[in-house]
Amino acid sequence: MDIATHVFSALYQFGDAFAFLVLSACGLAVIFGMMGVINLAHGEFIMCGAYVTAATVHAGLPLPLGILAGTLVSALVGVVVELAVIRHLYDRPLDTIVATWGLSLIATQGTLIMVGSTMAGVGTPFGSFQVGDYSYSIYRIVLFCAALGVLAGLYALFNWTRFGVLARATIQVPHMAAALGVDTRLIYSLTFACGAGLAGLAGGLYAPTMTLVPTMGATFIMEAFVTVVIGGADVFLGTAPAGGVLAVVKSVMTSWQGQLFGQIGLLVAVIIVVRVLPKGISGFVLRERT
Amino acid sequence: MSKSVLRGLRAAALTGTLVLGSPLGSQLALAAENPIKLGVLEDQSGDFAAATIGKVHAIQLAADEINKAGGIMGRPLELVAYDTQSDNTRYQEFMRRVLQRDKVDVVFAGFSSASREAYRPIVDQFNGFAFYNNQYEGGVCDGHMIVTGAVPEQQFSTLIPYMMEKYGKNVYTLAADYNFGQISAEWVRKIVKENGGKMAGEEFIPLGVSQFSQSIQNIQKAKPDFVVTLLVGTAQASYYEQAASANVNLPMASSVNVGQGYEHKRFKPPSLKDMYVTTNYIEEIDSPKSKEFYAKFKAKFPSEPYVNQEAENSYLAVYLYKQMVERAKSTKREEIRKVIALGDVCMDAPEGKVCIDPKSQHMSHTIYLAKVGADHSISFPKTWEDIKPYWLGEAGCDLTKKDPMAQYTPSNPPPKP
Repeated sequence: MDIATHVFSALYQFGDAFAFLVLSACGLAVIFGMMGVINLAHGEFIMCGAYVTAATVHAGLPLPLGILAGTLVSALVGVVVELAVIRHLYDRPLDTIVATWGLSLIATQGTLIMVGSTMAGVGTPFGSFQVGDYSYSIYRIVLFCAALGVLAGLYALFNWTRFGVLARATIQVPHMAAALGVDTRLIYSLTFACGAGLAGLAGGLYAPTMTLVPTMGATFIMEAFVTVVIGGADVFLGTAPAGGVLAVVKSVMTSWQGQLFGQIGLLVAVIIVVRVLPKGISGFVLRERT
Repeated sequence: MSKSVLRGLRAAALTGTLVLGSPLGSQLALAAENPIKLGVLEDQSGDFAAATIGKVHAIQLAADEINKAGGIMGRPLELVAYDTQSDNTRYQEFMRRVLQRDKVDVVFAGFSSASREAYRPIVDQFNGFAFYNNQYEGGVCDGHMIVTGAVPEQQFSTLIPYMMEKYGKNVYTLAADYNFGQISAEWVRKIVKENGGKMAGEEFIPLGVSQFSQSIQNIQKAKPDFVVTLLVGTAQASYYEQAASANVNLPMASSVNVGQGYEHKRFKPPSLKDMYVTTNYIEEIDSPKSKEFYAKFKAKFPSEPYVNQEAENSYLAVYLYKQMVERAKSTKREEIRKVIALGDVCMDAPEGKVCIDPKSQHMSHTIYLAKVGADHSISFPKTWEDIKPYWLGEAGCDLTKKDPMAQYTPSNPPPKP
């Protein structure tokens, strides 16, 4: 086996871990990293996206449209949740933990009761390709590209659009933004919906590769939180480098010693980063810049 | 007539007449006050729910049938069911509750081996009586337990030699990282070695892991002839889809898939192509007994997604319990164990004839080799009848003489006397 095969396989594994970390974290980066809402129901938004995607694909829609439907439905659910619950808790961050935890229990159990214990999968599209001795799934490359696309989209959204500026202003100094005529309640709602929609997108993208069960959100939540915690408050400058660092640690440890050590490595890396950079990677980058 | 006599007559009218007037009524009234209580601790939510909700339904089905036919010795069977949420601490909590507060006569409990080992010391401590109706890694030698599920000498010593003969002698094991996966992998290692094969590799996956790209690559690197998948829980089941999309294309052998988690129904074909499973029951088994059981099950629970082996184990366990109580004329564990010691507690289950082995209190089974085709249809290339759970007895566990209340493995056998 030559060097190129090894290099490609290492890159593929890195890309795979990166995509999983970034896609599971990006919605949370908006809701928790930026808005400060500790959203323990993040996994259930992901599950919602996955279920809607699978249901629409079973109903005959092509997969990309199914993923879009999953994203939009999750965003809508996000609006409802924001209006009904989160809106009243912005100045009580600890209470959001309890509220969103309750929501996640209701969502998991509600899905179990209404949809049943499992849902039929939709099958992974695109097939596989061969490099050296190994064969790889093409869809995994699609996931990696999707992760890059989402990061680029988030950067553009929060830096180049009017909505992005208003959202950042509203979350930084809500009273000043309101005094300048910004409808802060609307901005909060839209930002939360954006985060929920991104979670739904992650669910939709991973739906073809995973078991669809009411508890599937739980498999994303650890990765999502550690990525956001070490990323810090900035959605792009936090999530992208955090995803990169953790993906290197995880893929190297996993290929060296297996899945268990991959997880241990991930958590040790988080402890070290949080100890050295208390404001996360984006806090460190932004401080250097100013 | 004096007042006291009148009062006495009235009391007699209220209590006694029923007894004199209708003996059947009194029996029912008595029975209603004195049901046989059966505790049911199974995961009705959480990561294992897909495989275990059917167990609860099977117990309900059997209890309904028994109650309709007059109960056990005229006493109705009352179920006391709790949802253990795929959580080991819930098992401990509810096991204490059913034994201490609800005072049940017998408990049917547990899916994962971790949960069984969590509650087993509590059953021993409160001198309870429990059925574990699940296939597992074997080795529990405990007089307080009856195991109706299949064990490695039934599932692996049939499956692994068949696979090695058919596909080759290089074996890779991918197993869940807890007591079930670790001990089952030890069995696979032992049987592969005994048959002149070699382990190409082994990896243990923590429960709840759902991403397998690296594991898939490790398998391709090791170039095995087939992969033994001992993955547990719905998160880990994502492996098949991901391996298929990466075109791993290796035959798979398992003691847990299909028979528990009906992955062939949940995933899109052909992700489970060439999966071989040894199981003592699945709904596709084509025998009159099996068809009858399946029809009864579907009539009561029309939306049940699949009738798996653990559902059948749970169903037959209720009938075995009925038989043992009736023969012992008591629900006391020691009386029931005297019946087991006779060595002829058998029944015609949906899978075929099963018997309880007095030494280990495990079950003999008919083992079906199920093969998943490219379109996810099931065929049965081979059947082994009346495979006994011999290992514990041969290794030195004899519950008719001594109750060590312990779990043994091939590398940690019972101490020689």
